[in-house]
Amino acid sequence: MSNDILSEIKKDYVLSKLRDGERIDGRKFDEFRKLEIRTGLIGKAEGSAYVKLGNTQVVVGIKMQPGEPFPDVPDKGVIIVNAELVPLASPTFEPGPPDENSIELARVVDRGIRESEAVDLSKLCIEPGKKVWIIFVDIHALDDDGNLLDASAIASICALMNTKVPASRFGLGEDFDLPVNDIPVSVTSLIIGDKFLVDPTRDEMSVGERTLTVTVDKSDNIVAIQKSGDYLLSEPLFTEVLEASIRASKKIREEILRQCSKAC
Amino acid sequence: MSRPEKFIIDGKRLDGRTPDQLRPIKIEVDYLKRADGSCYLEMGKNRVVAAVYGPREVHPRHLQDPTKAIIRYRYNMAPFSVEERKRPGPDRRSIEISKVSKEAFEAVIMKELFPRSAIDIFVEVLQADAGSRTACINAASVALVDAGIPMKGILTSVAVAKVDGVLVLDPMKEEDNYGEADIPFAFLIRGGKIESIALLQMDGKMTKEEIKEAINLAKKGAMEIYQMQREAIMKKFIEEGENE
Repeated sequence: MSNDILSEIKKDYVLSKLRDGERIDGRKFDEFRKLEIRTGLIGKAEGSAYVKLGNTQVVVGIKMQPGEPFPDVPDKGVIIVNAELVPLASPTFEPGPPDENSIELARVVDRGIRESEAVDLSKLCIEPGKKVWIIFVDIHALDDDGNLLDASAIASICALMNTKVPASRFGLGEDFDLPVNDIPVSVTSLIIGDKFLVDPTRDEMSVGERTLTVTVDKSDNIVAIQKSGDYLLSEPLFTEVLEASIRASKKIREEILRQCSKAC
Repeated sequence: MSRPEKFIIDGKRLDGRTPDQLRPIKIEVDYLKRADGSCYLEMGKNRVVAAVYGPREVHPRHLQDPTKAIIRYRYNMAPFSVEERKRPGPDRRSIEISKVSKEAFEAVIMKELFPRSAIDIFVEVLQADAGSRTACINAASVALVDAGIPMKGILTSVAVAKVDGVLVLDPMKEEDNYGEADIPFAFLIRGGKIESIALLQMDGKMTKEEIKEAINLAKKGAMEIYQMQREAIMKKFIEEGENE
């Protein structure tokens, strides 16, 4: 109950600030929080990244192994994205099999990577129809202070950029860098009436879990969209969010390149 | 099925449709006896059945909300609905579709009128052929009207895909599988006008201009489907009136 009262107060605060045209932490409507990326922190994984977006923290690890390709694409590697919203990361997360929220999160991250063709899967064929590389992208939430989705998407692509294919361990020649050609950036906005806030914090989310995620590739193509939450979206607002997402994605991609090229 | 070499030949699609043409649609209201509202719908080769139960008591009890009805939506595919047998039960795709569809209906059902109760929407896909989630939403909308659930308007859903660089309405299997992009939409239609977007997803590659164009194409298709939903509902209630 105490939580309900607190969230009511936070909600009023967010809304009253919004009426003055401000956000509670002073950011602009289309501005992300401070982004901090560290790669390669998990030595046992083929690739890994830790991302801190404001106070939201997530670790992504990449594991790879040879396996069977999908019958309809016998000459391409396989990528599987999975998310675990472990109870350590939020009082609302529960242990057990993935619920609809973690499934949605993983699937939206997956779509961004897949549709931007970020990983060149055609270079991950070992024996056509029989053996290809399977990439497991495992998202592990540590602290959900809002917008776990974008933090996870950033961590996933950074971890992939950090990945070495473990060929020698499986007697398949020398290890090589995972071929990554694009950096898809997902931009999630909180929708409040006819306004939107990019990269919402948990406190901002107290006005209602109503988001729109737009994933953009390096050529400004839209590669994934997901409307999430029980709200109605007007066409003009959608167009506005689309434009803002493209703008914001550029800045985040620059930031990823700046921090990752240093570390990777 | 293998990738067709060309999707559009002389302005016609593989099944003979023009890019802005829907597949044939058939709607039957009050299809099931036990449900409070129901609908059978065909959209191309899709065959779906929707049932609505409620407002009714919430089980388990702790899920009930003292301020409004809870909405539950279950999208389920029959094992025989697709070429290769689908393992029964919810998979990750079905869970995601159920979530976004539920949220679309939550935005239009006047749930404050039924505190502490549940409105359950079940949709079963008997045969799937691209766009099954849109077919299910169209059927569920009609079933909700049939059940007498008060709503802000009606939800109408349709997808747009991009094939050979051309936007096409209501994609069929080949266009969905091998196309460059796919956007399912659901619109709230009130007083015969499209008011807002209730469901929106997208995967593939599109420029923002193409997305805007896709919305307009989807709106055109949605208005046509809306007319068919309306006719099916009217027909049922007129027949009922005659029998009395």
